[in-house]
Amino acid sequence: MRTWFPYPLLSIALLLMWLLLSQSVTPGSIVLGLVVSTVLAWVTLNLQPARSRLHRWSRIAGFILRVVGDVIRSNVAVTLIILNAGRRPVHAGFMTVSLDLDDENALALLACVLTATPGTAWLEYDRRQKILLFHVLDIENEDLWRKTITRYAADLKEIFE
Amino acid sequence: MSHLTDLPPWAALLVCGLMLIGAATTLIGSLGLLRLPDFYARLHAPTIATSGGTILLCLASILCFAVLQSRWVFHEVLIIFFVTVTTPVTLMLLGQATLYRDRFEERQGVPRKPKPAPGEE
Repeated sequence: MRTWFPYPLLSIALLLMWLLLSQSVTPGSIVLGLVVSTVLAWVTLNLQPARSRLHRWSRIAGFILRVVGDVIRSNVAVTLIILNAGRRPVHAGFMTVSLDLDDENALALLACVLTATPGTAWLEYDRRQKILLFHVLDIENEDLWRKTITRYAADLKEIFE
Repeated sequence: MSHLTDLPPWAALLVCGLMLIGAATTLIGSLGLLRLPDFYARLHAPTIATSGGTILLCLASILCFAVLQSRWVFHEVLIIFFVTVTTPVTLMLLGQATLYRDRFEERQGVPRKPKPAPGEE
């Protein structure tokens, strides 16, 4: 099974993407999509991406909901900061947080989440000391940001490790 | 696109609203590039456009064509997905390059590179 489908999740995602792009679920496009997704999974094998296992599927929905809520809130907050930038000085600053994450895919996901949240920008991750350096637009809520990111890291650790 | 007039009023209003808010969000994101004080703060501005703006505009597109063709249209989700997944790459690249330059020039207020713990290296 592993020889034929080295990355089952990737193959399923590719098949789904193929069906979405061709906008049809006829048997023909499904067969073509299966062939393409299987072949592309073999190609990916040569890139040797880090393999990770998802452990707690039940946690994923809650994590996504929290991320969506935070992204919306942060969008509004940053919009207000930009609109008020002329009148009120912007208190931006650097922050460091120590993360307890080893899984590469979990780190990549965390980077996507932090980037999608307009209030935070991922700058540097020190792999040996596990310290993440990032920049926030309103340093006044430093504790809140720290709490949010530690929470994300804990969730991702539960899902991935 | 003359058949756009076939859109029922409720859908037209919703699509218009989503598009206007999305466009305004993207505009504010670009405005941020102009108004924010330094490079690191400016890093935040385009992410408003890529998260808020893209999602709202894609939602408007999904709704519009789903109602017009009276079937589910989902391939805009791929745009949202790929924009969300690829933005961090550019952003990190820019951030790291600036961080490298500022550390090299020893600019004030930029955090130093963390010292390796004793015993390592």
